[in-house]
Amino acid sequence: MSTLKIENLHVSVAGTLILKGVDLEINSGEIHALMGPNGSGKSTLAYALAGHPNYEVTEGSIELDGENVLEMEADERARHGLYLAFQYPVTIPGVKVADFLRHAVSNVRNPDRKEGTELISMREYRKELYEHLDALGVDRQFARRYLNEGFSGGEKKRMEIVQMAMLKPRFAILDETDSGLDTDAVNVVSEGVQRLSSANQMGVLIITHHERLLQYNIPSQTHVMLAGRIVETGDASLAHELHNLGYASVRERHPDAAAEEEARQKRETVASA
Amino acid sequence: MTLTATPLPVTFDEAAFEAFLATRDEPAWVTERRQQAFSTLQDKFEVELDPEEWRRVNLRLLRPQEFSIRSAAGDAAGFDTNLQHAAEFGGRVIHSDGRTQAADLADELRSSGVVFGELNELVKSHRELVERHLFSAVSPETDRFSAWHAAFWTGGTALFVPRGLKVEQPLHSLIGLASAGAADLSHTLIVLEDGASAALLEETASATDEAGFHLGAVELILGQGANLRYVQLQNWNDKTFHIAHQTGRVAADAHLQWTVGGLGAKLAHIHQDVILDGRSSTAEVNGVTFAVGRQQLSYYTQQNHNAPDTRSDLLYKTVLRDRANVVWRGMIRVEKEATRTDGYQRCDSLMLSDHARSDSIPGLEIETDDVRCTHGATTGRVDAEQIFYCRSRGLTEFEAMHMIVEGFFHQIYDRIPVQAVRDVLGAAVEKKLGIG
Repeated sequence: MSTLKIENLHVSVAGTLILKGVDLEINSGEIHALMGPNGSGKSTLAYALAGHPNYEVTEGSIELDGENVLEMEADERARHGLYLAFQYPVTIPGVKVADFLRHAVSNVRNPDRKEGTELISMREYRKELYEHLDALGVDRQFARRYLNEGFSGGEKKRMEIVQMAMLKPRFAILDETDSGLDTDAVNVVSEGVQRLSSANQMGVLIITHHERLLQYNIPSQTHVMLAGRIVETGDASLAHELHNLGYASVRERHPDAAAEEEARQKRETVASA
Repeated sequence: MTLTATPLPVTFDEAAFEAFLATRDEPAWVTERRQQAFSTLQDKFEVELDPEEWRRVNLRLLRPQEFSIRSAAGDAAGFDTNLQHAAEFGGRVIHSDGRTQAADLADELRSSGVVFGELNELVKSHRELVERHLFSAVSPETDRFSAWHAAFWTGGTALFVPRGLKVEQPLHSLIGLASAGAADLSHTLIVLEDGASAALLEETASATDEAGFHLGAVELILGQGANLRYVQLQNWNDKTFHIAHQTGRVAADAHLQWTVGGLGAKLAHIHQDVILDGRSSTAEVNGVTFAVGRQQLSYYTQQNHNAPDTRSDLLYKTVLRDRANVVWRGMIRVEKEATRTDGYQRCDSLMLSDHARSDSIPGLEIETDDVRCTHGATTGRVDAEQIFYCRSRGLTEFEAMHMIVEGFFHQIYDRIPVQAVRDVLGAAVEKKLGIG
């Protein structure tokens, strides 16, 4: 059993404080939903967890089974079993999916692997990769394509889940993995996540505006973020309610946070005008 | 040294030339040509270099008086390059400090009529082959460097493949510098008769970290229907100067594939001309350069279409880091007769730091209608988001950088059919990235 523990997390981006004290604890096998209006800080939390250098933690802590995650570079976090499925996966021209992922898998499975040393066996790796490509409905020829180059939005998102399946993280953060997907694709991806979380006891934080992913992966907890804080935590029914009714009632219940959100939006409008 | 008129450096002045000639045991026709070239050299030092080609080259860094031609070779044992072990070669020539160290050729190639070896020997033993072709593609009259080379050339690698013969095994040529202040003025001459084919993999290397000076010339002469793959991998240490005129002349239906790798040198300038002389001749030019530190690499490329239905395709890929500077100035020139020409040129740069500088200047000069000529240049930066993405998958920063750079070069690797060259370029790139 593993625990990912976030306490009082404050995160700044380019000098602006975005997260203002987030507390969250996820255990192995648990599914948590993270919801909230645009700009509330959900992706900031995802990037801060993954160790993006532009996301500066000014206060608070992130621990993985008692180990200080904040002291780890992004690649060390990956080797410790954290995984972020990107909302906007980047393109890397000339780098084949299979080559990229073989390096990644080699590093994550052998965390002490030194650069330039042997990679995992090609035969086993290929077999495993094909299994996951098949399971997620991705044509095997994608293994030889350049990473995300010319992929549709849906293909990129599926490839994020293929990578997750190969890396078998202890904790995964899915940052709007379901946005930009058609219904079939959402179903395939949702089933994929479900399989992985149950088979590997992976803990999952699902950031979403939609409900479909959560129908397959019923959250034990739903968190609502507003103005950089988690203002409410409930069960799956909270996700359902927010999906149907929006965030108006959340704002009513948390007028201070709503006021902060409004003030920030005004500042941004002024700044961009 | 400057672009404008300048006196001859003392190590290459008249007295030095006479002393040099005295050390050479050469046929009269060679000496006469040298004397002509020296006279041209004296004239060329009186005139300004073409600013279009040279103004972006910081020639002031080059002090030619600090370099001289050696009467004895430095140690050739120090040239432990990857390329020489990367393939089974049909023959090899090795030079050090402008002196030949070794020349050999497989017996079956020799008996089938292939001539491959050291130019100094071949001017004596194969006058009829050499005299006709030497300086037929690179003219000594071009500028002071071509004249300089033509007066003082120290030797070089020469290959002649007779009509219709297909040489399957690649040949290897190594140009090395070993002693401090040594000058190498080696000349590479390749002649393929009609229908012949061959591959020559040539590399330059430094045995030490002493400064050297290479003033070279490359002539590639392809008969009708010939097929040549020529690679020159410039891998000097970062104190060495490299200036060269390189020209390929391609007759009808012949195909030249020419790959240049620019990895080493403090300052390098290569004038690379492809001349498509015959109908339906084609050329593919590949450039891979990786400059770091304060390296300055410059390429002046011309694709000359002199006949109808000719096709040229040039792709340079440049990676820069630190304060490195790479210049590519390209020109496609289409003559009046060269209808239905298909010309392409492109240079892509990838910057790994904010202080590096890349200048890519494509150009077209077209004298006829009914042609298709396209050019392009891009400059990109290794994106912090790409690095972060890789790292979030467990790759270290170096591995991420390596992946991205390898990916950038991949398009070129895909075009090079010689596995040994891909491997060597890949290994050289790794070394530059500090992970080899």
